[in-house]
Amino acid sequence: MTALEAGMLGQVLLLALAVTGALLVGTRWRSRVIGTLCALLAAAGIVTGAIALFGGEGSLTIPTALPMDPLVLSPDRLGGLVMMVVSAVGVLASLFGIGSARVASASRTSWVSMAVFLFGMQLVPAATDIVSFLLFWEIMTLGSTALLLAHHATRGTVASAIVWYSAMSQLSFFFVLAGFAVLAAATGGTGFSGLATVDPASWQASLAFVLLLLGFGGKAELVPLHVWVPRVLPEAPGHVAAAMSGAMVNIGVYGALLVCVRLLPNGPAWWGVLLMALGGLSALYGILQASVASNLKVLLAYSTTENMGLVFLGLGASVLLRADDATAAADAALVAALLLMVSHAAFKATLFLGAGAIARSTGEMNLDRLGGLGSRMPWTAATFGAAAMGAAALPVTSGFVAEWMLLQALIHGSRVDGEVVSVTASVAMPLAVAVIALTAGLALLTFVKAYGIAFLARPRSPKATQAREVPVIMRVSLVLGALGVIALGLVPGPLAVAIASAVGPAFAPDVRTVGLAGVDARGIDAVLDPTTFVVLAALLLVPVLIALFASARRHPTRTSPLPWAGGGSRLRPRMQYTATSYAEPLVRVFDDVLRPSRDVEVTHVGESRYLVERVHVEQSVSDVIETRFYRPMLNAAQRFGILARRAQNGSIHRYLSYSFVALLSVLIVVSL
Amino acid sequence: MTGAAIAIALVQLVLFVFLSPLLIGVIRQVRARLEGRAGAGIWQPWRDVRKLLTKDPVRAADSSWMLAAGPVTLLVSSLLLVALLPLVGTLPLPLIPSDLFVIVSVMLIGVVALALVGLDAGTAFGGMGSSRHMTVAALVEPTLLLAVYALSIPAGTSTLSLIVETRLANPAVIISPVSLLAMVALAIAIMAETSRLPVDNPSTHLELTMLHEAMVLEASGRDLAWLELGSWLKLAALLGLLSNLIVPWGVLTEFSPLGLLVGVVTVTVKILALGVVLSVGEVFLAKARLFRVPELLAGSFALALLAVTASYLVA
Repeated sequence: MTALEAGMLGQVLLLALAVTGALLVGTRWRSRVIGTLCALLAAAGIVTGAIALFGGEGSLTIPTALPMDPLVLSPDRLGGLVMMVVSAVGVLASLFGIGSARVASASRTSWVSMAVFLFGMQLVPAATDIVSFLLFWEIMTLGSTALLLAHHATRGTVASAIVWYSAMSQLSFFFVLAGFAVLAAATGGTGFSGLATVDPASWQASLAFVLLLLGFGGKAELVPLHVWVPRVLPEAPGHVAAAMSGAMVNIGVYGALLVCVRLLPNGPAWWGVLLMALGGLSALYGILQASVASNLKVLLAYSTTENMGLVFLGLGASVLLRADDATAAADAALVAALLLMVSHAAFKATLFLGAGAIARSTGEMNLDRLGGLGSRMPWTAATFGAAAMGAAALPVTSGFVAEWMLLQALIHGSRVDGEVVSVTASVAMPLAVAVIALTAGLALLTFVKAYGIAFLARPRSPKATQAREVPVIMRVSLVLGALGVIALGLVPGPLAVAIASAVGPAFAPDVRTVGLAGVDARGIDAVLDPTTFVVLAALLLVPVLIALFASARRHPTRTSPLPWAGGGSRLRPRMQYTATSYAEPLVRVFDDVLRPSRDVEVTHVGESRYLVERVHVEQSVSDVIETRFYRPMLNAAQRFGILARRAQNGSIHRYLSYSFVALLSVLIVVSL
Repeated sequence: MTGAAIAIALVQLVLFVFLSPLLIGVIRQVRARLEGRAGAGIWQPWRDVRKLLTKDPVRAADSSWMLAAGPVTLLVSSLLLVALLPLVGTLPLPLIPSDLFVIVSVMLIGVVALALVGLDAGTAFGGMGSSRHMTVAALVEPTLLLAVYALSIPAGTSTLSLIVETRLANPAVIISPVSLLAMVALAIAIMAETSRLPVDNPSTHLELTMLHEAMVLEASGRDLAWLELGSWLKLAALLGLLSNLIVPWGVLTEFSPLGLLVGVVTVTVKILALGVVLSVGEVFLAKARLFRVPELLAGSFALALLAVTASYLVA
C-alpha cells in the first residue's frame, strides 16, 4: 500500500469514526470530540493532497457490478492541490466549530453531516471517472444541505433558503451529469482518461463544455446561478459558511479546471470568451451587490461570487490566449486563476469565521448595528482585518499576489513579440483589465466598510457594546487562517511553483522562485518579491518612528470626549455613518443596476413644516437577477401548478369522469 | 548597479520630503496671487508641519489605535511611492521594479489607511468623507490602470522606469495620439486620486462639500502632520511621474554624479512648473457636484480604453 492509498483509507476510517462518534457521544463532549475528529479527517486530506501534489502514486478501486469502468480514486497533482486547499479550510472550520457550535449546530445531525460534507468534498478531486466524481459530488451536496437544516426549527427563513439551495444544487448536478453524458456518449467510457480523447473542435465537446460550465459555475456561485448564495450563507453558522464558501466553491473551480486542463485542453477561442464574459459579469455583479450589502454575511457571500468570477476570468483568458498561441501569457493566467482560488479559500474562510465570531459575541450580523468591536474583540479584529486586506487585494496578502499575476498575464497577452495575437484578444484583454480594476476598487470600498464599520468607531447598539472576545480554540482557528493569508502573500514563490507543476504535463508555466521566496513569471517577464518590499517599507518606517517617538516624548496624547465633531454632539453613536450610509453614493452611481427601493417617512413636530420629530428611512437592494430572471420562471411554474390544481380538486365525481374518459379512450385505441 | 539604484532611491526620498511641502506652498501662493490675495508664502506648509509636530495630539475617547497607525501608514505608503517611482532616475531597485500594479496597490494602502482614519473618529463627517473618498477611489481605479496600460504597450512592459526610458529613447511615442489620450486620462485620474479640483476642493471650509478634508477633521498634532505630509508626498510623486512621462528629458538612466545633479534639478523644475500649471488651472475650475464626478471619470475611462484598443488595432 502506498502513502497515497493509506491517506485515502485514513480519510474513510476517520469518517467512520466521526459518524459513529457523533451518534454515540453525549451533548456535553460531542462538539469537542467530533470537532477534533473532523479536524483530523481534514488534516488527513491535507496530507493526502500534499502526497498527490508532490507526485505520489496509488489508487483505491471501488468494485461495482455495473457494466462500466471501475470506480477508481487516484488524485493527480491538480486534484491533490485542490484536496489540500479544501482540507485546510476544513481544518479551520472544524476547529472553529469546536468552540462555536451550540444547541442546534452541535446536534448529532449537524456533526454527522459536517463529517460527511468534509469527506465528500475532499474526495471529489480524487475521482478519476464520472461515476465516482458524481458520487462524491452528491455526498458533498447532501452533507451541506443537512448541515443547513440545523437551524430550521428556530428561524423561518432557513426553510426557504434550503429549498433554493437544493433546487440550485440539483440544477448544477443535472448540468454536470448531462455534460459528462455527452462526453461519455462520444467516447463510450466513463473514465476521465478515456473522455480526454474527445476532439475539442467537435460539436460534442462544445455542447459538453457549455453544460459542464453551467454545472460547475453553479457550484462556484457564478452569475446567474448564484441566487442561492445570499440566502443560504447568512443562514449557516460561521464555520459551516466558511466551509461552504471557502472550500466547496473550490470544487466548482476544480470541475472547470478538470474540463479546461485535463479533459478538453486546447479548446476553441470562443470557450475562453464565454468563460471570461461569465467570470467578468460575476465579478462585477458580485462585488457591486457586496458593496451595498449591510448584512456582513450577505456581503461576504456576494464577495465570493466576485472572487470566483475573477478565477473564471483568469481561466477564460488562459483558454483564449492558448487558442491564439500566446502560450506564455496563457499559462500565467492559468497560474493566476489557481493562485486566486487558493488565496480566496484562505481569506474567505477567515472572514466567514470572523463573522461567526461576531455573531457569537453580539448575535448581530447587521453592520448598521455593530461598531467598536476592535477594542472589545482584538483577536477577531486583527484576523478579520488581515483577511479583509486579502479580499481587497492589498499587499502583502495572498489576494494581491494573485490579482497581480492575473493583471500581468492579461497585459502581456495581447502581443507576442510585438505582433498582435488576435482582434478578440486585443479587445478582451483591456476590457478584462478594466473589469478587474473596477472590481478591485469596489472590493476595497466593500472591505473598508466591513472592517471600518464593524470594528472601528463606537458601538451602534447595546449588543455591540457588550461584545466579548471568543474562546481560545476559535481564536486559534482565526489566527491560523489569517497567518495563511499573510504567509501566502509574503512567500508566494513556492506555491506558484507547486501550482505550475500541478497543471502539467499539458501546461508548463515557466514560474520560478526569486529573491526571498518571491515569484518570477519568466514567460511574461514579471517579478514580484513581497518580502523585499516589506523590508523596504520597514526601512522607511524607521525614520518616521524616530520622529514619532521624539515628538511623543515631549507631546503626549490627550483624549477628549469631544475633540471636534463638526462643533458638537459626538456623544450620540447613532450619528455616526453606518454601512448603509457608507454605500449610499455607490447606490446612487449604480442606480440602474442595483434598483434600490427607498422609503422615507418624515414625522413633523405638530403643525410645523420645518421641525422634524422623526425620520424613518428604509432601503433595500434586491437581486436583479432573482427578480427579473428567476421570479418570472417561478411564477410561470406556479401558474401551471394552479391549473393542475383545478384539474385535481378532490371531487369524487371529477375523478370518476376522468376514469370513465380514460377507460373509454383505452377501449377506442384497442378497437382501432 | 544596485548601489546606484539605492542611492537614487535615497536621493528621491530626501528630495521629495523637502520638495513636497514646497510644492504645496507654491501651488497655494500662485493661487492666492491670482485671486488677488497676498498669500502666506511658499514656506508656510513647512511651518505648518513643524507646528503640528510640537503640539499634543487630541484623540476622541472611543477611537482605536487606527487613529495613530493610519496616518503613519499613509506616510509610509507615500514614501514607498517616492522610493519606487522613476522620478530622479530610472534605475530599478533589485527585485522590486517600479511595477505599475505594485505602485497602484501601494497607493491604495494609503487610500485605505486614510479612509479608516476617517471612520475611526466616529463622527458623521469623518464617515461621510471616508465614504465619498472610497467611492471616488473605486471609480478611478479602472481609468488609472488602463491609462498606464496604454502607456505600457509601446514599451512592452508594465515597469514604469522602462516606460520612461522608452519614451526618452523614442520621443515620437510621446506625441502619438494613443499616448496623448492616455495622458489626458491619467491626468484626470491623478487629479481625482490626489483630491484636487474638480473632484475635491482642497481649500474648502464647508464640511458638507469635503472629501479629503472631512476625513482629517478629527486628527490633530502629529497625526495630522503625518496625514498632510503623506498626502503632499503622494501629490508630488504623482506629478513627478506625470511630468517624467510628458517630458522625460533629464531623467538619470546611467549613474553619474553630474547626471544625478541634473536629474534632481530637472525633476524639481518639472514638478514645480506642473504645480504652477495645476494651480492656474484650479483658479478657473469649480468643484464638480459629487454625483457629476462619476461622469467625469467615465469620460476619462472611455479615453483610456480607446487608447489601449487603438494601440492594438490601429498601430
